[in-house]
Amino acid sequence: MRRQIPLYIVLVCGIVFVIQFFIPSHESEFIFEYGQDWVMVIGILALPLGIWSYLRKTWLTAVKKPKERFFAGVSLFGFAIMMLTGLKRESLMAGSLYMELFEYVLIPIQATIFSLLAFYIASAAYRAFRARSVIATMLLGTAFIVMLRLIPLGPISDVNQALVGWILSVPNMAAKRGLLIGIGLGAIATCIKIILGIERTYLGRD
Amino acid sequence: MNPDNPKMGFFETIANIDRRVIFLFIGFAVIIPVLLSFSCTEEATPIVQAVYDEIESLPEGSKVLISFDYGPSTVPEVQPMIDALLRHSCEKNLKMYMMALWGTGHNLISESMQDIIEKEFPHKIYGVDYVNLGYKAGNQGLINVILTDMKKMYTTDARGSEIDAVPMMVDIRNLKSFDLILSMGGGFPGIKEWVLFGGDPGNIPVAGGATAVSAPLLYPYYPRQLLGLLGGIKGAAEYESALIKGYPKFKTHSHPAIDMMGPQTVAHIVIVFFIVIGNITFFIGRKREEGEKREGGVIK
Repeated sequence: MRRQIPLYIVLVCGIVFVIQFFIPSHESEFIFEYGQDWVMVIGILALPLGIWSYLRKTWLTAVKKPKERFFAGVSLFGFAIMMLTGLKRESLMAGSLYMELFEYVLIPIQATIFSLLAFYIASAAYRAFRARSVIATMLLGTAFIVMLRLIPLGPISDVNQALVGWILSVPNMAAKRGLLIGIGLGAIATCIKIILGIERTYLGRD
Repeated sequence: MNPDNPKMGFFETIANIDRRVIFLFIGFAVIIPVLLSFSCTEEATPIVQAVYDEIESLPEGSKVLISFDYGPSTVPEVQPMIDALLRHSCEKNLKMYMMALWGTGHNLISESMQDIIEKEFPHKIYGVDYVNLGYKAGNQGLINVILTDMKKMYTTDARGSEIDAVPMMVDIRNLKSFDLILSMGGGFPGIKEWVLFGGDPGNIPVAGGATAVSAPLLYPYYPRQLLGLLGGIKGAAEYESALIKGYPKFKTHSHPAIDMMGPQTVAHIVIVFFIVIGNITFFIGRKREEGEKREGGVIK
């Protein structure tokens, strides 16, 4: 029964909202908006669940794994500080402790982590961009041209820019469109399987 | 090292270079241009110029919805775009409605308001010229709801004022009340969701700015569904250049993207250099392997 009820809800909602999409009327619009409100409510209710899940997992890590206790402690401490300093509406105004922590701790930390990507990309490019085959040579050539747009090349800069523009808006776009259409068709197939109860992994394990 | 052939040994060493050496080169490639304040001039490409021209063509008082759909990790890349767009919008006397689909976007709105609007355009009045609508959960669901009814989701602004008490919100009904939607970020939810759930169904022009890694994914929507796009630091630098060209007074203001183009350019030169070296060593190594195989065949 625990699995049957969600499956029936998904079946009914799935069929109703597929039909609703093709009926242009006020009643149909009302059903859609009502459904959207429910999506918002469910989304918001998922937030405390996420917080509980994070706290529980981090706490258990701290208790069971002595080597990771310090990091779990830092994580919980950071969570508590940001939550406590951000409780009031005024804390979101510039100059508050919460905003100072956000600007001078969180932004530099995350931006630094993200910037490390440059070093790894350089190292990976050195090892991976090799003209081993025709396809690899094409990839190498394309990457080379796209990278060169950032380098001042004097009189050939305009030509390179035009070439990069063409690469991005013709072959890149064609490939991306193909991918998007493929993903769209795949999503439709998966949705049908979910609505009919064939695909049940979203329910988790029993 | 091959003692019989020291030249080949050198190439082998280069081919198997320690990645820390590459990291060191990239580090210097970034630090030295920063110390020397090296920067490059930029010309706006059509995809960036389209965003500039759209804002430039909007009449005074037009309503622009700016969605802050990014987090702290991409601040160095996306914030310069926001700064330039806010300056441009302020200069054009457009009404700026700022909101966020990302939780962290709320804080970034407050920062942008303080650093750009309040500092550089002190005559602008909160609630009349600009408003912070804050963050709301719901991702694309939120866009779907505000497409038909904005005030259903936004009953107050981020400061807690009743939404109808905010003068510039009085005549806002839904997304169709806006003349332009700008989504800044490139992740999920972001530009793609604004195009699919806001711009297309409501027939509202959508433009945006995205990180360099996510910009190519958005090209399929340009130019019909996405009228323009600022891609990475380069896109931001191009927009800053266009803004300085149109409004020379902004030359004295900060232009972080143009400043960042120097280190980025040198770092790319270093990467290109390493790729070339990598391929040279690869071909020499392959030629040597083929030679060895041939010699082995003869001995057999």
